[in-house]
Amino acid sequence: MKLTRRDALALALGATAASFLPLRAMASSDEVIAMFTGGADVGAGGLTLTAPEIAENGNTVPVSVDAPGATSIIVIATGNPTPAVATFNFGPLSGSQAASTRIRLAGTQDVIAIAKLADGSFVQASSTVKVTIGGCGG
Amino acid sequence: MASGVKPRVKVPKTATAGDIITIKTLISHKMESGQRKGKDGNIIPRSIINRFTCDFNGQNVIDVTLEPAISTNPFFEFEAMVPESGEFKFIWYDDDGDVYEAAKSITAS
Repeated sequence: MKLTRRDALALALGATAASFLPLRAMASSDEVIAMFTGGADVGAGGLTLTAPEIAENGNTVPVSVDAPGATSIIVIATGNPTPAVATFNFGPLSGSQAASTRIRLAGTQDVIAIAKLADGSFVQASSTVKVTIGGCGG
Repeated sequence: MASGVKPRVKVPKTATAGDIITIKTLISHKMESGQRKGKDGNIIPRSIINRFTCDFNGQNVIDVTLEPAISTNPFFEFEAMVPESGEFKFIWYDDDGDVYEAAKSITAS
């Protein structure tokens, strides 16, 4: 087979596209949000996201979420290599729709929490966290 | 990772029926994110706990999906309602298929 310049260009394009595929597979924070809400509008209010303003160590950043009447809450770190952090689903015996945990943050970024309320609507809260030392290695 | 995993749970021993209590859980686990590189320059494969559930007498209290962004030794604090005496059951699901369990009983008066 004779390799013309046109073939060579097509091959190069194909190879570039293929090399981008694994990156695409990693969902962006918008995609994570869309997957959780199913494209529905996200309101504000009724959800409290507590995160520190400055975190010295990105490896353990304490965050807590509280949304009375929510059925599930998702926490998203917009600047992380994998933006989804955790999803809390509250069962019938949960005393309150609140939970705390510790998360990793790669760097200074916005942390977003979205709650799904019992009537099927969504509310969002976000908080900017300054991170001195990132927590994702590398 | 099957070795060195130790779940720790803090639940009050007694409560008034219908009370809301605070539960704290911690499990020792390295939560390897799959982002770090080892000394040889290769990426260390992901190995995390991907799900945590808490049930009381068979009824669900909380069900958490964990992603690699949860810190080493995952810690959770949440609240539960205690309608009667019974047992809290905590289950952690590891990426490698292991399941870690813990149980705490509570007396309601």
